Amino acid sequence: MHRFLHAFVDPFAFRQALPDVWSGFLINVHMMLIAEALVLVLALLIAIVRGLPGRGAKPLRGLAIAYTDFFRGTPLTIVAYVCILGLPGLGYPFLKNASSEALGVVALTIVYTAYVTEVYRAGIESVHGSQRMAARSLGLTYMQALRYVVLPQAIRRVVPPLLNDFIGLQKDTAIIGAIGVTEAAAQATNYANSYFNYTGYFVAAVFFVYLTIPLARFTDNLIRQRELRERAAGI
Amino acid sequence: MSENGAQFVSVRGVTKRFGDLEVLKHVDLEVAKHGVVSLIGASGSGKSTLLRCINLLERVDEGEIVVDGQRLTGEKVDVNAVRRKIGIVFQAYNLFPHMTVVQNVMLGPRKVRGLPRDRCESIARELLQRIGLEAKAREYPDRLSGGQQQRVAIARALAMEPDLMLLDEITSALDPQLVAEVLQLVRELTEVGMTMILATHEMSFAREVSDVICFLDGGVICEQGPPEQIFSDPREPRTREFLARVIEAGRM
Repeated sequence: MHRFLHAFVDPFAFRQALPDVWSGFLINVHMMLIAEALVLVLALLIAIVRGLPGRGAKPLRGLAIAYTDFFRGTPLTIVAYVCILGLPGLGYPFLKNASSEALGVVALTIVYTAYVTEVYRAGIESVHGSQRMAARSLGLTYMQALRYVVLPQAIRRVVPPLLNDFIGLQKDTAIIGAIGVTEAAAQATNYANSYFNYTGYFVAAVFFVYLTIPLARFTDNLIRQRELRERAAGI
Repeated sequence: MSENGAQFVSVRGVTKRFGDLEVLKHVDLEVAKHGVVSLIGASGSGKSTLLRCINLLERVDEGEIVVDGQRLTGEKVDVNAVRRKIGIVFQAYNLFPHMTVVQNVMLGPRKVRGLPRDRCESIARELLQRIGLEAKAREYPDRLSGGQQQRVAIARALAMEPDLMLLDEITSALDPQLVAEVLQLVRELTEVGMTMILATHEMSFAREVSDVICFLDGGVICEQGPPEQIFSDPREPRTREFLARVIEAGRM
């Protein structure tokens, strides 16, 4: 037991590994923030395309479906290898000079956009058709009905599953560390290699957990407040 | 367009199918300007479908619909422009739950008519005052009673200043004690000369406000005429049967 504690949660090693793991963790946070912003927007666009009505939009819908099917099924590790190691070799200057961190963000965005598209789509489909009908009956166009009536309701409903996917994304930034970005997990590995002690991983884990808990409580609060405001008391 | 005697709404030979099921079969219906027509009949007789066809929420398979001289059916019709002029109120109110009452009423004027915000706000306030719900302007719909929600839904449709109102069983989801406040509002609309088509189960109300009663049965207008004739002296056996059942159920 003592040996276990010493190897994984040693107080001295904790303090010693902390600064490097912290500086690595800032890279995780950085990647996560950019990827999340991109995912939020791109996934919404793809979800909208996937729901477009009419025969004319069929090819677009097909593309959206193909994208989500393919990237939901592909492990992030594979996408990350292709992006970080493969893309710079294509010879385009902007890809050649791109940092591994930026390419890692591209990989995270590609994979998580596929997940989040499905979350949005479920939300859009959960809004009853009568809402859209009421909006259209006022003379709103398809896009106006979507924008002012369907999406605001859909997005509210998917905040909890969306947060869940973002926690996944936050954690998966560590996978990018395995392919040449010195983020928190990679810093912990460096520490382990230098001192034969794995407490650095514990430090990294603590950071990740500390990042998700406030976010989860924040979302809970958001949902409760909205319910209080929109629902009659006692229902 | 709609000079003396000319019909404001003309439905000619309209047929609507859902798959193999013919919900409307060659329906003809005329409504004069300022006229009020009530559609009565059992559930599933096609009343709601007919109203939705007039608002182009359902596509007509055959026949044509003309409102105010403008043909709504066929190719190259701007459905959004048509709907702007035709208000519809639904049985289930269908208010937007994420918007306050005043926002619900303002949405159409703001986004469809493109009016400036303060103008929309004053239109909405005026309407809410008219329906007696000024005090609820900042509430969310879920905090209102069913009757209040339905009155807001009517105000929302009126905010578009429609030429024609379609009311689709607007009191059917309400508790009996809430029906009167909604019907009173409809009564006021008839007094200001709004052209209306109502699908309803409120027979005595239909009798009171309508110029014409249409009895639908199995997607066909089985009989139509002035309320006195339909309710006192129905000619068709099916109309008689239907009204007998209504009386039996104590709804007249």
